[in-house]
Amino acid sequence: MAIGKYMVIASRDPFESRDVDQLYDLAAGIVREGNEVTVFLVQNGVLPARFGARSEGLTKLSARGVKVLADEFSLRERAIGGDQLVSGVTPSPLDVIVDHLAAGGKALWH
Amino acid sequence: MATTITFALMDPPYESARSTTAFRLIDIAARRGYNVNVFAYEGAVATPFAQQKAHPNAVHGRDAAQENHPLPKDWVAALMQAAAQNGGKLDWVNCGLCVDERGVAEVIEGVRRGTPGDLWRMASESQGTLIIGTR
Repeated sequence: MAIGKYMVIASRDPFESRDVDQLYDLAAGIVREGNEVTVFLVQNGVLPARFGARSEGLTKLSARGVKVLADEFSLRERAIGGDQLVSGVTPSPLDVIVDHLAAGGKALWH
Repeated sequence: MATTITFALMDPPYESARSTTAFRLIDIAARRGYNVNVFAYEGAVATPFAQQKAHPNAVHGRDAAQENHPLPKDWVAALMQAAAQNGGKLDWVNCGLCVDERGVAEVIEGVRRGTPGDLWRMASESQGTLIIGTR
């Protein structure tokens, strides 16, 4: 069976929305089924990328094989520098979402 | 074959960062010369509403020109122009029922009225589709 390529776009702040944890679980589950998953953090979704109380979830996701990217613009808007990011999170331009869609990948906005 | 991607937008203008992100995504695709479909439903049908007007800011003592208030309808027009200049097209369809409910039938040139069936057709003809719903 062909490997599926998925992008999960996380725009919500986990301090405000409890269902962000469920989104991370979904991403990990898709990888566990043998697919490739990128979690793309955008808007307030980038807040847990800064080392802090809710950043552990992203570090675990990365360790489970999920690629975790954070929108460079959203990071700049919130004054989160690259040296403040937790391990496993990579700054990225928004273009990768368009790349993914143009290549026929599936994308889920949350 | 030309690359075509589709976005479905639900948020009304001036309300959410989701609209800004959607505009950024459409802009990237338009500048690449992709064909971009947008299906706007619920509050998003007001985004290309032609009667949006810039206003002064009395608190800060600025007139309308000084205030230079951004209008989403102008951004939609600019995105259509960017797509055309790069060899693509931005096809913006407003959900007709959503338009009638809100009384925003008067839209800028290039925006057309449709149904959820248009979203199905757009998605069927696209390499990728992203639904950006309101929470």
